[in-house]
Amino acid sequence: MGEKKKKIVKTIKVDVDKCNGCRACEVICSAFHAAPKYSSNNPARSRIRVIHEPLKDIYIPVYAGEYTKAECTGRDKYVIDGKEYDECAFCRASCPSRDLFKEPDSGLPLKCDMCEDDPPQKEPLCVQWCLNKALIYEEREVEVDEEEEVKKEDMEIGLEALLDKYGLDKITETVARLSMSKKG
Amino acid sequence: MRYAETGFNLEIDLSKGSIDRVETDPRLTEEHLGGLGTNARILWDRVPAEAEPFSAENLLIFGTGLLCGTPATGANRTVVSTFSPQTRLMAYSMMGGFWAPELKYAGYDKVILRGKSPDLVYIWINNDKVEIRDASHLKGKGAVETAQLIREELKEPKAQVASIGLAGESKVYFASIEQGRSSASRAGLGAVMGDKGVKAIAVRGTKDLKLARPAEFMALCNEVLKYIERRNENPIQGVMPILAGLGSPQEMAVHDEKWHTENFAWGNARLRRKDFWNDEIAKKWAETLDSMRTRLISCYNCPMKCGGTITVPGLPTYMMKCFSKLTYTMAAMSDLDFGLKIAQRATEYGVDGFSAPQVMAFAVELYEAGILTDQDMPGFPADNEERFYWLLDRIVRREGIGDILANGTHWAAQQIGKGAEAYAHNNIKKHEQLPLKLGMLNPIYFLMYATGEKINITQIEGQFPQSPFPTREEREAFVKDWIQVPDEKFKQYFLDWELRGEKSIPFYPTVEATCDIVDWQERMHYIDDALGVCAGLSSFPLKPPYHIHNYPKFISAGAGIEMDEDRLTQVARRNRNLVRALNVRRGMRRKDEKPPEDHWKKRFPELEEKLLNEYYKFRGWNKDGIPTKESLHELGLDFVGEDFIKRGILPDKESAPSS
Repeated sequence: MGEKKKKIVKTIKVDVDKCNGCRACEVICSAFHAAPKYSSNNPARSRIRVIHEPLKDIYIPVYAGEYTKAECTGRDKYVIDGKEYDECAFCRASCPSRDLFKEPDSGLPLKCDMCEDDPPQKEPLCVQWCLNKALIYEEREVEVDEEEEVKKEDMEIGLEALLDKYGLDKITETVARLSMSKKG
Repeated sequence: MRYAETGFNLEIDLSKGSIDRVETDPRLTEEHLGGLGTNARILWDRVPAEAEPFSAENLLIFGTGLLCGTPATGANRTVVSTFSPQTRLMAYSMMGGFWAPELKYAGYDKVILRGKSPDLVYIWINNDKVEIRDASHLKGKGAVETAQLIREELKEPKAQVASIGLAGESKVYFASIEQGRSSASRAGLGAVMGDKGVKAIAVRGTKDLKLARPAEFMALCNEVLKYIERRNENPIQGVMPILAGLGSPQEMAVHDEKWHTENFAWGNARLRRKDFWNDEIAKKWAETLDSMRTRLISCYNCPMKCGGTITVPGLPTYMMKCFSKLTYTMAAMSDLDFGLKIAQRATEYGVDGFSAPQVMAFAVELYEAGILTDQDMPGFPADNEERFYWLLDRIVRREGIGDILANGTHWAAQQIGKGAEAYAHNNIKKHEQLPLKLGMLNPIYFLMYATGEKINITQIEGQFPQSPFPTREEREAFVKDWIQVPDEKFKQYFLDWELRGEKSIPFYPTVEATCDIVDWQERMHYIDDALGVCAGLSSFPLKPPYHIHNYPKFISAGAGIEMDEDRLTQVARRNRNLVRALNVRRGMRRKDEKPPEDHWKKRFPELEEKLLNEYYKFRGWNKDGIPTKESLHELGLDFVGEDFIKRGILPDKESAPSS
């Protein structure tokens, strides 16, 4: 066991009572992550989504977390203040059970990166665009083991999803075939 | 490459059951931008002037504004255009909500419906896949209920649905198209949708919408957001609270209804109750609103919270906005509890929250005057509130007297006769207006009411304070940061405007200044309606975030269309004249440009004549309100001039400028 080390964790505190369901967070997120930056927008690509059922007064902004290859078993329901929520409503995973947090064309998973930018943004853009302050950016100091967790690149996350879907053999085969044809 | 717009319309022929994705002409975007502008152009090009509103050849167009779906705050309006069964003129009403951006992400700028379906259907647009689906199981269902059922049936909770209720199916002349928290309500668009046999249009889109110059565009968006934030923290001093902020009047948020209840007329737009509001009522109404309104809600990509979710115990939840909070209450001379309850049923039926209550109050008045009798209305209840439910239920089914009332007060009065016409007293161009009855003629409002093609004053007015501020100091403070004015002269008009004396209404602002002020107000609305930006962030409130100085930049950076203030003004004029031309072609003339006789107690016929004359001249119209050949030429609308000459609307030779 290595020594404990201090680390800053970036989080977004979500106040569901303040959400007015406008989805500006989805707009700016998808625009920021477009390539080139801001060149297009498409809420279906957003890494934050407002899960909303207006007639039940349910509004939950959820930002994308880890990719998972299997959906969980035994999903529950929560009743809070008389409103019934599906457990998935609070879940941040990019998961086979739903189409949230996946690229609409490729199906590859999406994950919130807190708007990493150069120069850095003062806060993630969804927070900046939420004038009703349903989204609050917070930095928390936590103690972690010294070994740094390896942060995965977007491509790695995508590859992992492809691996889960098609298996290693198929992927290597395809990569080999593609590189052959590129070299022509 | 097309930016901000998709460059494709969806053409659906309901008679044939055909669906086509049609590429649009980018030149039309340059000429008219989008939304109302291109809608009007399509109506001009494709619907014969003689077409009946309820006919296969009439079109029903759901158009998105040019900026809808881009990150521009509040660009979410769907402009629905057709020819109205009630006014028989061009109808266009708009809705906010979420539908227009979703259509853009599905890859279309407009949905154009023509023909008529023999059976009730709904349309399902899921990106490239578009279907006409059977809706027989939805017949008679409420508008909100229908949207829910469709989302469940398609297993697509993210689909945005615009639907009609029973009123639309029955072709009630004031039937609305409902879309969650929003609706396109005026002039009977829902009736035309019902006539076409379309119960709903559901949309889901997951495609990208591109911007021409992204960095520049985003900088503009961020400026607007910052301005909104600042403006929300600093309401305007010296005006009533509901006009001090941005957005629609914040009816869902406020408890204090002294101003509306004492200044707007109750019943059939008759009675001013100047001492109505007191502590007891304030307390009771606050309890009602607090117990039924669960959340303040927004439209797509907008921080303002102009809507509310309303849950009346024992009734399904619905969403409401703006002044429909009080229209039923005041028409029925009742209280807020009744108003919010009946509005639930009315929303499911899908009726206009202005016309419907007024039509019912009109019927009650006719009954009390003995013009309508128990023979006409067998079983008409004695209880006042029950009467309104009774009438509403019959109107939306066109049952008994409801069949006549469903045509609105103008046509109903004609059918009923026996002096009923005098009771249809609050109409312009055959359409019910806000229940406002005031003292002294206001020249600005006279022109806007008389010449407005939008039929609804809230969609014409804005920018300029509704009345003068009492002191010079207050006025000077107001103009200090008035960056939105297109020209410095507007500041002077306002600075000189007094409550009393020589420089007060009706003779000040002068006729010339009045034309300028009306022009500015109209121009901003026409721009908003082409761009799909909500009037609540632009043309309606004082000192809004969008204005003539930043709009051209949004268009250039967003759509890649080179734009400046003059060119944008020219586009707005072109669209304004095209809408007018559509109505002129359908017979609208000067004689129709009249506010209700009792709108103001003190009228000034000579001044009113002069105002109309000068405004027409200012606009380049002849004495009958018809755009001249020359002014049409200047706007690149020669084809309109030629059509007018062919039809004998304008003389064959050079039409003389109006004098």
